[in-house]
Amino acid sequence: MSMLVIARLTFREASRRWILWVALLLGVLFLAVYGIGVNEIHKDLARSGPGMVQRSEMYNFMFMAGLYAVNFLAMIMAVLSSVDTLSGEIASGTIHTLVSKPLRRWEIVMGKWLGFAAMLLLYLGFMAGGVLGLVYAISGYVAPNVLTGLALMGFNVLLLLCVSFLGGASLSTLANGVLVFGLYGVAFIGGWIEQFGAMMGNQTAINIGVLCSLILPSEALWKRAAYEMQSPLVAALGVSPFSSSSVPSPLMVAYAALYATLALGFAIRHFSRRDL
Amino acid sequence: MAFTLCCLNNTMSDPIVPAIEVNGLRKTFGEKVAVANLTLTVQRGEVFGFLGPNGAGKTTAVKMLLGLIRSTAGEGRLLGSPLGDPHGRLRVGFLPEHFRFHDWLTAREFLSLHADLYRMPRPITQQRVSELLELVGLSQHASQKLRQFSKGMLQRIGLAQALLNEPELVILDEPTSGLDPVGRRLVRDIIRELRQRGTAVFLNSHLLSEVEITCDRVAFIKFGEVLQVSPLQSLIEGELAVEVRARPLTPQVLAGLARWSNTVRQDGEHLHLTLTQEADLPAINRYLVEQGVEVFALQPQRLSLEDLFIQIVGTDGGL
Repeated sequence: MSMLVIARLTFREASRRWILWVALLLGVLFLAVYGIGVNEIHKDLARSGPGMVQRSEMYNFMFMAGLYAVNFLAMIMAVLSSVDTLSGEIASGTIHTLVSKPLRRWEIVMGKWLGFAAMLLLYLGFMAGGVLGLVYAISGYVAPNVLTGLALMGFNVLLLLCVSFLGGASLSTLANGVLVFGLYGVAFIGGWIEQFGAMMGNQTAINIGVLCSLILPSEALWKRAAYEMQSPLVAALGVSPFSSSSVPSPLMVAYAALYATLALGFAIRHFSRRDL
Repeated sequence: MAFTLCCLNNTMSDPIVPAIEVNGLRKTFGEKVAVANLTLTVQRGEVFGFLGPNGAGKTTAVKMLLGLIRSTAGEGRLLGSPLGDPHGRLRVGFLPEHFRFHDWLTAREFLSLHADLYRMPRPITQQRVSELLELVGLSQHASQKLRQFSKGMLQRIGLAQALLNEPELVILDEPTSGLDPVGRRLVRDIIRELRQRGTAVFLNSHLLSEVEITCDRVAFIKFGEVLQVSPLQSLIEGELAVEVRARPLTPQVLAGLARWSNTVRQDGEHLHLTLTQEADLPAINRYLVEQGVEVFALQPQRLSLEDLFIQIVGTDGGL
């Protein structure tokens, strides 16, 4: 099937052009630094001997800090790796030999999407799995609802991939990059405004945050993921920078799914109709 | 030249329908009309030259044929399938103009990829890829990345890519522009082989000498419209320029020449005529002698395709 041929080509390109390997290599460095850090803190905690609850809170904090960074890196990776896949091939003309083959254009878009999705989920799995594994190996701690949380993080990466495809089907590479990072920035700052608004009971600030989540629900997905995995105590107090005082509802997750589907759908529609 | 072709078990399209059939095809980009009204038919097994000045809409037309660009109006069929229908492209090979390919692939990987896109069975692919690498003279470079290829090598691998699926129609957009004389001869030989196999070739080329050697019929287009479609042979044989040196050339003598040629131009003792057939030459000579004219020279000159191109298209169309 042509879609799978394109998916394989895309994955192979990411591998052959060192995108995946550089990311994984630096991921190893990231995990090494993270592991050393967690280990040091673990030794301190063992020496000072605080209570079980306090230690558990500390490990959860460390775990969430690691995932927060991984989430950010995976988002960057999703955009950087895919930002020129459609627009770049259109600009260079390499698309001509593909499109003139007996396949439909949606197969090119979906094939590329699948290729990137596989690569990004592999990357996220390696990084998030690394964080999870290191914390567990060092301290024996496992956060609650880890699978749900990681699934939401994976979904978040795919969401950004869909948006990057939508921009790539209609804009130049640079404009697409500016668009996706711009939207991500709005969602990011919106998330923090909502967080502070919730802590201070300011409804306007919360509303601004929700509005930003509607513009791009990426931060909302992360916050939902963080909510799932945070410790019950932090959830009750709502004080950690990685936790969610204002928790995005399952409805927001459904909205994100609709958003991603529509973005990819419009990307296919636009790419199928445009002159190449 | 050895050019064995293995058999693909894909369904052949109906051999009765023309290779290309377009009617009133039009493409506008905003206000700009790229192709005004393109109507032409390319028969099975013929080598068809598509000629026109820069900016005449040739590349836009080729892209419309292949579904890269949607037409604003008009309709067309490729091997019987409507333009844009992927099924029609199953038996079509295409060499794009700028031959930009995924250059991080090796030559063999590149051909295998496109064989997959043509849905060729794997066992056939391996054999076919090797044959084609041999055909275009790149067997020694099969494991080399396309990034390291010269322009001519890229064109050769692009040509191999266009032949993978045993096409019934091959569309070549400027296939020889980057090639040295050896490469050009290769392209010519391949076109001949394709014609012998009954494959239609649609050749968009600026190199008129190439077209002159290879094509059965040519279309001249300008401002996105077909000015003339003619069999090349009759076009070249049909027009015969003759230069006559004789005296005295009186107005009566000149008027009498009108029965053979309607373009008579006098330049002192020299006369320039255009005839429709070579057989008129002795008659003209006889006529001049009978009129008491002394004939010093009567020299037929074949028109080259370039002369015809300028005659038909003019010199004002190039952009």
